Amino acid sequence: MNTVVHLSGPHRRGPDLQELVAKVAFGDQDAFGRLYDAVAGPVLGLVRRVLRDPAQSEEVAQEVMLEVWRTAARYRPELGEVMPWVMTMAHRRAVDRVRAAQAAADRDRKAAAQSHAPAFDEVAEQVEGRLEREQVRRCLQGLTELQRESVTMAYYRGYSYREVADLLGSPLGTVKTRMRDALIRLRDCLGVGS
Amino acid sequence: MTTAADLHTLTGAYAAHALGDTERQAFERHLAQCPACTQEVREFTATLARLGSAEAVVPPAELRARVMAGIGTVRQLAPASSTGDGPDGPGARTGGRLGHRLYRLALAASVAAAASLGVLAYQQHDQAEQARARTAALAQQQAAFGSLLTAPDARTSTATAGSGVGTVVWSQSRGQAGFLASGLPKLPADRTYQLWYNDAGTMRPAGLLPASTGTVLLTGPIGGAAGVGVTVEPAGGSPHPTAAPTMLLAFT
Repeated sequence: MNTVVHLSGPHRRGPDLQELVAKVAFGDQDAFGRLYDAVAGPVLGLVRRVLRDPAQSEEVAQEVMLEVWRTAARYRPELGEVMPWVMTMAHRRAVDRVRAAQAAADRDRKAAAQSHAPAFDEVAEQVEGRLEREQVRRCLQGLTELQRESVTMAYYRGYSYREVADLLGSPLGTVKTRMRDALIRLRDCLGVGS
Repeated sequence: MTTAADLHTLTGAYAAHALGDTERQAFERHLAQCPACTQEVREFTATLARLGSAEAVVPPAELRARVMAGIGTVRQLAPASSTGDGPDGPGARTGGRLGHRLYRLALAASVAAAASLGVLAYQQHDQAEQARARTAALAQQQAAFGSLLTAPDARTSTATAGSGVGTVVWSQSRGQAGFLASGLPKLPADRTYQLWYNDAGTMRPAGLLPASTGTVLLTGPIGGAAGVGVTVEPAGGSPHPTAAPTMLLAFT
């Protein structure tokens, strides 16, 4: 039983993304423009969180959006919402870029000085975006430290779970299960699914 | 060395792209036979998308301009077909004018109609009246389709979906188009194939396909349409496509 008040996800309001993707699949550039407006902010934000370098992040975000255009006809609504479909592509590409470029640890040392905190003016200012961020932050706070570290190091920083285990000095099996436990709790806290 | 139970706990690491290549491949093989894991991965993927969306920034205007310029150079993939075509899926090929091609088409159309009539002839007694009405409607459709084939500027374009074939016939002088379906994948009772005119990317409803084999005249004039699309929609059809196209055929 989930008593958490579900603040709307980013796709609750605004255009019907599934309908837009269906139109994009027919080559509708106007629909693609509207789809871009709905997803480009989250895509660039996530990619930047993983890669940190602004120029590289824009490059990857551009690749992701062109991939959305190219593969729109392959999107299957019965397998999930549009946002997860797009964000999975974005994360996959960001992680690939990280792993191709250099070991995550090196990158981390380099970036240590300029620790990530988006300047206020670059953050989407819609109330809805703020609520979404608040909810995610609150749900992350509800995890144990090891759960939180496991999932954020993997997702926001692009580490493999072996790297996470090394960095946290925890056994592989522990990190594996903590990552899953964390996602189960986040899923329930955010009201995702069924 | 890795047991199924071990693999199951990898759902989280998999959704977060935190597995190495070998483990990922092993897990994907496991996924194919584990509906519970598939469901969990789906939910985790949606959960992580929320974590990602919470990082949203306002993208620079130049990025939008670059992307919009970029799509002009990127060819879109066709819908994946159930028979596993190549990466580009089934392609549409365009036919020439008349000749024996159209004759074969006319033959196919009448065979399709005959098949429908055969089914109708099977109707039970108490449905006879309804069946007669439908037979008459079908015969009329068939005649109209046949007449379209005789238009001096009739042209055709064909595409495949699974093992089925769809052919659009159109005549600019008559402003009319027809569709011939042959053995399209069967749909559940609550779904239907719907036809659309493609007006520069805006899809205009052009009627429903009564069966996976048969002919139909498209509703409404060709107008400035660049082609025809076919989607699978809830029974009764939709005002706008709600799914990716099963087929796209260009009027070229």
